[in-house]
Amino acid sequence: MSELPVEKPAEAPSAPSAWARFLDSDFFYSFKRSPVAVVSFALVTLLVLSAVLAPLVAPHNPFDPATLNLMNGFSAPMEPNAFTGETFWLGTDDQGRDVFSTILFGLRISLFVGFAAVLFALLLGVTLGLLAGYIGGWTETLIMRAADVQLTFPSILVAMLIFGIVKGFLPVDARDEAAIWVLILAIGLSDWVQFARVVRGATLVEKSKDYVQAAKLIGRSPGAIMLRHILPNVLGPVLVIATISLALAIIAEATLSFLGVGAPPTQPSLGTLIRIGQGFLFSGEWWILFFPAMTLLVLALSVNLLGDWLRDALNPRLR
Amino acid sequence: MLAYIIQRVFQSIVVLLLVGLVAFSMFRFVGDPIDNMLGQERTGADIARLRTQLGLDQPFPVQYYKFLSNAVQGNFGVSYRQGRPVSQIIAERAPATLELAAVSAVLAISFGVVLGVFTAIRRNGVAANLIMSASLIGVSLPTFLIGILLIYLFAVELGWLPSFGRGDVVDLGWWSTGFLTASGLKALILPAITLALFQMTLIMRLVRSEMLEVLRQDYIRFARARGLRDRSIYFRHALKNTMVPVITVVGLQLGAIIAFAIITETVFQWPGVGLLFINAIQFVDIPVMAAYLMLISVMFVGINLLVDILYYFIDPRLRVDRTAAAK
Repeated sequence: MSELPVEKPAEAPSAPSAWARFLDSDFFYSFKRSPVAVVSFALVTLLVLSAVLAPLVAPHNPFDPATLNLMNGFSAPMEPNAFTGETFWLGTDDQGRDVFSTILFGLRISLFVGFAAVLFALLLGVTLGLLAGYIGGWTETLIMRAADVQLTFPSILVAMLIFGIVKGFLPVDARDEAAIWVLILAIGLSDWVQFARVVRGATLVEKSKDYVQAAKLIGRSPGAIMLRHILPNVLGPVLVIATISLALAIIAEATLSFLGVGAPPTQPSLGTLIRIGQGFLFSGEWWILFFPAMTLLVLALSVNLLGDWLRDALNPRLR
Repeated sequence: MLAYIIQRVFQSIVVLLLVGLVAFSMFRFVGDPIDNMLGQERTGADIARLRTQLGLDQPFPVQYYKFLSNAVQGNFGVSYRQGRPVSQIIAERAPATLELAAVSAVLAISFGVVLGVFTAIRRNGVAANLIMSASLIGVSLPTFLIGILLIYLFAVELGWLPSFGRGDVVDLGWWSTGFLTASGLKALILPAITLALFQMTLIMRLVRSEMLEVLRQDYIRFARARGLRDRSIYFRHALKNTMVPVITVVGLQLGAIIAFAIITETVFQWPGVGLLFINAIQFVDIPVMAAYLMLISVMFVGINLLVDILYYFIDPRLRVDRTAAAK
């Protein structure tokens, strides 16, 4: 984005602000015209906001033992508890934790891991992709070979292996504490390839264009050319991949946590909650499983739909 | 052609050596093997003796070589958790995973191709649109949720099918099969569907988009102009030409099915290799993890190599392209 000159005579028919230009753009027009995109965007925003504001929104703090009452255990949704008479919107689990609150806090961890892992994958993938595309030679061979090899394996398996290996290297008492960070590392490392491949491809195209030649000619350093000139022009596809990766990362995190090799029970993510809830499926306490699962589903589906729409909207061939 | 195959084989060997290095480093650097094997009461002489016995005093490349040659002979060490040779444990568990994977693969390929062709031909039909929307949900729905949903419906509510385990198995000496008993077959249904569903949607979407691409081409228009019947156009002319990318993906998905079996096996407590691996990660059972890592890598690299070589026999155009690119 180029910066607009700030000092403009106020009464002149001024250039529209960045926000006004955004509202007038093709991009926003196609967003307005797509009900699916608007609804999924609204849902994602709602979920992200409630996760960020969880400590304020949640009626209980599921991690504060002082507010828990074991007598409240297994309350059904919207029904007053038989012993205490308290009512919980979405019921409680075996420990008397409010399911609604645990979902909010779980969502927080799921989204944090998802966003952090994608950010990590993005930084790594974009950097390596730029280097591979711009420098070429053995740097490119090395990076793209590594990418090919990693692509041979499903990313969820790569994430599991990295999680297992890093866990093995950590001292026993640090394992639970560090689990969230190991999870981010594992999912991020399993997901950088897509970014690197796309950025490399786009960089190869941009590199031969005149503006890059011109920048070289006036003596800009390779780093500056990559970051200031090429990078802004390859960001479109990166954004699309980032959105789709986010859905995948959220699902990957939930899967790992569900399998018991992710977020520990002390910091439960949605996947951990589903893992816990599965234990009560046969005894009839369906809500402990159902609501976290629905939250995960809505989250993954709306991020996916948003990604699909974004891919079409940013693809000039489909206009 | 030969040069290309040799190059690909060479690359595969390098990849496997690297994976072996990772597996070996896990052994060597995660915890101290001496600590794992000797108890609290040990003397310096004990440690030194065991160190020589295990070959830990030798240089790194020598140790690595020994590790690899052991692994190639199927010797992966002893599980920390179960105290038995890893190769024995894996051999016991492999039939369960392989049977599950085979059934899922058949389900995924047959339904995937048929539905893909159907949704491509009737691209604007109601049924095709319904299937496409359902498949989008299918892609967003994590495998384990599908499994739980199926358990809830068919095991908890309806009580038709078992929710965990393999049922009764028949022991054929070196292979235990669930195909031969009624309870074994019943136990197979839910896990197989769970595992197949994701791959099926993937194959279906791929076949659909390839079909749409092919149907747009001139030779199809000519076939129409020649008055060929629809069925002949779709299946003899169009489907055949969608097969190159489909075979690639199906080939790669076979590997993925084994990997995703980890999830399905955990949901259904299916006693296969995947469940073994997850338990190994939870308890940091390094020998089992390393063995699984190496086995699955051999499988993936092998499948990839095979798919690449198959290309040549399926699509003559690629031979030209590759040779031209190599020059």
